[in-house]
Amino acid sequence: MNESLLRSLTPAVIGVLVRRGADFAAAEDAVQDALVEAVRRWPDDPPRDPKGWLVTVAWHRFVDATRSDAARQRREEHVEPEPGPVSGADDTLQLYFLCAHPSLTPSSAVALTLRAVGGLTTRQIARAYLVPEATMAQRISRAKRTVTGVRFDRPGDVATVLRVLYLVFNEGYSGEVDLAAEAIRLTRQLAAAIDHPEVAGLLALMLLHHARRASRTTPDGALVPLAAQDRSRWDTALIAEGVAILQTALSRDRLGEFQAQAAIAALHADAPATAETDWIQIVEWYDELLRLTDTPVVRLNRAVAIGEADGPHAGLAALAELDPALPRHTAAAAYLHERAGDRATAARLYAEAALKAPTLAERDHLTQQAARLNTGRQ
Amino acid sequence: MAKYLLLKHYRGAPEMLNNVSMDKWTQEEIDAHIGYMNDFAARLRETGEFVDSQALAAEGTWVRYDGEGRPPVTDGPFAETKDLIAGWMVIDVDSYERALALAGELSAAPGAGGRPIHEWLELRPFMAAHADCIE
Repeated sequence: MNESLLRSLTPAVIGVLVRRGADFAAAEDAVQDALVEAVRRWPDDPPRDPKGWLVTVAWHRFVDATRSDAARQRREEHVEPEPGPVSGADDTLQLYFLCAHPSLTPSSAVALTLRAVGGLTTRQIARAYLVPEATMAQRISRAKRTVTGVRFDRPGDVATVLRVLYLVFNEGYSGEVDLAAEAIRLTRQLAAAIDHPEVAGLLALMLLHHARRASRTTPDGALVPLAAQDRSRWDTALIAEGVAILQTALSRDRLGEFQAQAAIAALHADAPATAETDWIQIVEWYDELLRLTDTPVVRLNRAVAIGEADGPHAGLAALAELDPALPRHTAAAAYLHERAGDRATAARLYAEAALKAPTLAERDHLTQQAARLNTGRQ
Repeated sequence: MAKYLLLKHYRGAPEMLNNVSMDKWTQEEIDAHIGYMNDFAARLRETGEFVDSQALAAEGTWVRYDGEGRPPVTDGPFAETKDLIAGWMVIDVDSYERALALAGELSAAPGAGGRPIHEWLELRPFMAAHADCIE
């Protein structure tokens, strides 16, 4: 049984229950129960109509739960007479909007999206985010309470959905669930439900990054800088797909930040070597990105790109205009100083940057750069 | 979403404002303090921000390798060690500001006279597992 195929039916089935009169929170619980039942029963007894099977089982669960709750007697009378046929309408898109509702905090929106749209269990989500299952259960039930009363039939804001999916993608891989792959699956599903150039842009960005994941770290987790990556290990099929999706999106002439980021990723993915990368075009895309979203991260990356396009001194000059307290400012300065030939300054800055590194892999990498220079290696 | 460690010290933190040591508190003051700590943890469980909470015994042992085939060398405890950790709480929150606010709340636990002890807590971010996809 293909579990992600099963899980891809989750939002549509929840949508059917909600249309029949179930409230979102109860519908979501009932569909989770039905998914567990499906995992147990389908291997021996696969249904002819998987979605219809899930709707029937989830609806029974919902009615049982409603009946057993005496306090909900009135609502039961309200919903019971309505189990009509499975409607053809697909509410998948509405579920994305609801789970990324602006009233939710980012972590709640992420958790609710993974459960109600992704069909993951609370335990799987808790493991992926390294928190106790009880904590994740609370986060999800609070999120469901927060969106109680949100109108299900109103279109939401695509930008909030994209931010949630981007957060999931950046969490990467830690445990049994590959969140990056899950984010790609959910973004593909979203792209199928709505025609929007920024959805395509985010999907392209994810594919272009995912394609190069294997070469970005060593098997024991150490960072491999772009220049040293084994480009023969890049997934050329994923790159081609990402580039094609991006080109179609760009031709719509409605540029957004994800399309611009994907364009930068595409230029990297397209280059046979760091030296042959079209850094001038990358700087132009960073200028575009700055116009769309002026963040410290974009400014810092632009300075590094200028260092590649116009030489390390130009990069250092661009860096000098930025706040030295920005994350990775010291690391970027170390790199540019080494390229400018000042190994002593570079070694000192690498060691300083290591102390401020936000991830373990970066700290180890920066420490090794300092050690390489201090021991006179190339 | 980021994890933070709230670190409590037996020794080594700057002096707290309400600095009457616990062995001089009344039973009611001790009960109020423990009740506050339990309520704080319960509230974080309810908001979905709780990860872990542990207390450590005050006395430990220093241990080090002493060469092939030899048992490890032990030493201590050292009464003069400046920094002594009492326990911790780990939280998983949306922002640094939220972590600061929670640490401030925890530090307001009542002590002598039922007044907040204003204990200094050390707030340390966990290193993230992954970097954002920016290049």
